[in-house]
Amino acid sequence: MTHAAVHAQPAAPPAPRGWTSWLTTTDHKRIGLLYFWTAFAFFLVGGVEALLIRLQLAQPNGHVVSAETYNQLFTMHGTTMVFLALMPLSASFFNYIVPLQIGARDVAFPRLNAFSYWVFLLGGLFLNASWLVGPLFHAGRWNVAPDAGWFGYANLTERQFSPGPNIDFWVLGLQILGISSLAAGFNFIVTILNLRAPGLKMMRLPTFSWMTLVTQFLIITAFPVITVGLVFLMFDRFFGTHFYLPQAGGTPILWQHLFWLFGHPEVYILILPAMGIVSEVLPTFARKPLFGYVVVVYSGILIGFMGWGVWSHHMFSVGLGPVADSVFGATTMLIAVPTGVKIFNWIATLWGGDIRPTAALHFAVGFIAMFIIGGLSGVSHASPPADLQQTDTYYVVAHIHYVLFGGTIQGLFAGIYYWWPKMTGRLLDERLGKWHFWLQFVGLNLAFFPMHFIGLLGMPRRIYTYAPELGVSTLNLVSTVGAFLIAAALLVFLVNVARTRRSGARAPNDPWGGATLEWSIPSPPPVYNFSVIPTVESRMPRWRTEHHAPMADPPAVPPAPIHVPAGSRWPLVAALGLPILALAPLTHTLWLAFAGAAVLLFGIYRWAFEPFEV
Amino acid sequence: MPRPRRLWPLCAVFFLAGCGGRFPQSTLAPHSDFGRAIDRLFTDIFWWAALVFAVVETLLLVAIVRFRHRPGRAAPRPTHGHTLLEIAWTIAPAVILVFVAVPTVRTIFVTAGTAPPDALKVEVVGHQWWWEYRYPELGIVTADEMHVPLGRPVQVAITSADVIHSFWAPMLGGKRDAIPGHVNRIAFRADSAGEYWGQCAEFCGASHANMRLRVFVDSGPAFETWVRDQRAAPAPPAPGSAAEQGRTVFARSACIGCHTVQGVSAGVIGPNLTHVGSRRTIAGGMFPNDSAHLAQWIADAPALKPGSIMTRMKPPLTDADIAALVAYLQSLQ
Repeated sequence: MTHAAVHAQPAAPPAPRGWTSWLTTTDHKRIGLLYFWTAFAFFLVGGVEALLIRLQLAQPNGHVVSAETYNQLFTMHGTTMVFLALMPLSASFFNYIVPLQIGARDVAFPRLNAFSYWVFLLGGLFLNASWLVGPLFHAGRWNVAPDAGWFGYANLTERQFSPGPNIDFWVLGLQILGISSLAAGFNFIVTILNLRAPGLKMMRLPTFSWMTLVTQFLIITAFPVITVGLVFLMFDRFFGTHFYLPQAGGTPILWQHLFWLFGHPEVYILILPAMGIVSEVLPTFARKPLFGYVVVVYSGILIGFMGWGVWSHHMFSVGLGPVADSVFGATTMLIAVPTGVKIFNWIATLWGGDIRPTAALHFAVGFIAMFIIGGLSGVSHASPPADLQQTDTYYVVAHIHYVLFGGTIQGLFAGIYYWWPKMTGRLLDERLGKWHFWLQFVGLNLAFFPMHFIGLLGMPRRIYTYAPELGVSTLNLVSTVGAFLIAAALLVFLVNVARTRRSGARAPNDPWGGATLEWSIPSPPPVYNFSVIPTVESRMPRWRTEHHAPMADPPAVPPAPIHVPAGSRWPLVAALGLPILALAPLTHTLWLAFAGAAVLLFGIYRWAFEPFEV
Repeated sequence: MPRPRRLWPLCAVFFLAGCGGRFPQSTLAPHSDFGRAIDRLFTDIFWWAALVFAVVETLLLVAIVRFRHRPGRAAPRPTHGHTLLEIAWTIAPAVILVFVAVPTVRTIFVTAGTAPPDALKVEVVGHQWWWEYRYPELGIVTADEMHVPLGRPVQVAITSADVIHSFWAPMLGGKRDAIPGHVNRIAFRADSAGEYWGQCAEFCGASHANMRLRVFVDSGPAFETWVRDQRAAPAPPAPGSAAEQGRTVFARSACIGCHTVQGVSAGVIGPNLTHVGSRRTIAGGMFPNDSAHLAQWIADAPALKPGSIMTRMKPPLTDADIAALVAYLQSLQ
């Protein structure tokens, strides 16, 4: 579809209309928006779960929710934030921005892209349905959500110890979501490698697209590992195998190895896209090229590789022996080197710049400031003996939230404020954006900084209640106040979104003076993106460099007709087959397995034989 | 930007307070060789981290303040990088990490969990949601509260009867997971007598939060007294007393299916109750061992401890039965 059709057609195809066009769309931009709003909705759900957790812990011996509900809340908070909020929020930018940055008209496999989205949506709904369907399982309560932690350690997850449907929802839901991630991973690798505009060599690729590429390689290599782990668990639960059952010769530690062999690369899957965003936002607003572009790119690749050699640092208390502990401690510390290099390069990018303090820049700088803290606390539990005191305490909760909230979420918000005008055609209000930033910045530090002390003073994670004698009641109350400040900040953001939608300033092609291709086309871009595929001559095609004048923007009206494929309903149909398949073991209903497989195969069949040029 | 550096005075307050003993599970107030070795290492790492934090955050702050846009500022020079700088800030963190890694590896081997042969051996078994302690050389089996002698090395072997737990008494050292089918070891020598708190640190199901523990470090004679008392058979209740009535209720009820009282029953699913009256707490360290809590616990354990498999008896025990049971259990000194 990147080539123009020869026969007579209107030069600019009409934009699709009506809500049904969203069900069949294969336009990467619309799929990007679908990802964004779905992921943001799940982000709010995960946030409400966090607020309930903080309410329960605001004082010792709390009674806001029961032990069972609390365990479901923290399990779903983690699972939701990782799989349904942060990853797909990144994916919304992969979808919307990457094709624009590489000068393409869409991703390599647009229908596969739609399939990824629908599978993600349905997988997320499947998981969250567990909050409401208790009566169907005669559970005596509404909520039968997963309750063994987002890490789901075996053998607690075995039927013997978790007889209800809770873990079934988790083990099946995560498998569905894995399919979505894998399909998207392959799609974006092929897109970035094959659909780059002429002249856009790999070492001219914008940093965000680079980090996207590294992330996709991590996804396609890490998700098979957790899939194996989940399949073993599913077999144990449904078919009586004993992969993780010690009394039958299995070992629960196998799960930990498989989970963290996935889980640690997953951390980089969550952080690398945000690092890519920051590497775009800083140069734009400092009016300076990214300092050490090559080093930043290579350190991103290096982090991706090294992320595979550190998984056992999640398992220092397991007792793997002093030699293994020493090796995994050392490899973990080594990761601090490329990470530190990135931070120094970002600071050097700002150094000597002409910094425009936009909302996006606030979040990008906030990312660096907070990520430093998360990185440093990380070094303290890279040291196995120190970790024996810290692991499974609130100290680690503080660490992950500095990395994933102070880091990833602030990085994603930098991207939201930066690319919002491109994605919607309107500029978010800068003043409200800064209010959002400061409220959230104060809130996150109030919420998460005290957790360092709460943990060092001996409060474990994942406990629904604690004794007042521990002496951490005040700190917990402060943390809860911080959590509600974050909620207030997000409310400011939503107000900003609503006001912008109604009366926000119209965005020109390039409101920021950006260097990359996405800023050369209208906001929002027309359905075909580029009226003429640009030829790229430098790393910052829209900026003047020593050797190149800025590129000319593509003409507003396409000089030749552009063919844009119509949508397809078959990705959605195929995707619908997966949750039906998952319902079969969940409800012990054999015919559902056949029905689900039939829907899936029918969808794929029609998809495969769909005429390409419609 | 308000750096979290503003919070450092707060940090100092908590670090000092942590040493004052008001925080019974503090990791910052070690009372054993194991705990002190970790604490020394963490203190080292903390100061390195504080140094790096101060330097890097200052650089960031200076950059955003000094190079903020001002009208009339000349366009920035488009620098693309600097090889020497890149080499410098690759090597600098690597060097600091050597200063962290060397003491780390040294401490790993020091704290690997092997005690000298004369150490007291204690076996810890995690159960959903209570701790069992066995002293194989002394023939003692007890629950929730571990007693160890002051100044003598202790070799703890940790395992689990069901799911994965993690044994953790922070003031005496780091945690180790209790894994079914696997034995983990820690070793420590406590250096001051007292009562130390701890709790399960690995999520283990509904009442993970209620799986608490105490470690009592007793001076030599006190420990010997405790051993003597634990090894003795419990004194039979006086004829006609409430306690004797309680023993009758105990012996005819479902209690005997799960609990051991030496000479009366031999259940192994729940805690050994032979000397339950001598313990300070009940129900996995959750409640003080007094009549009111014992009575509530016997009447309806799952109400106090979600998920507890000690279910309400059918038919329910009468209040008189419960009072008798409480008297009996309290007599088991």
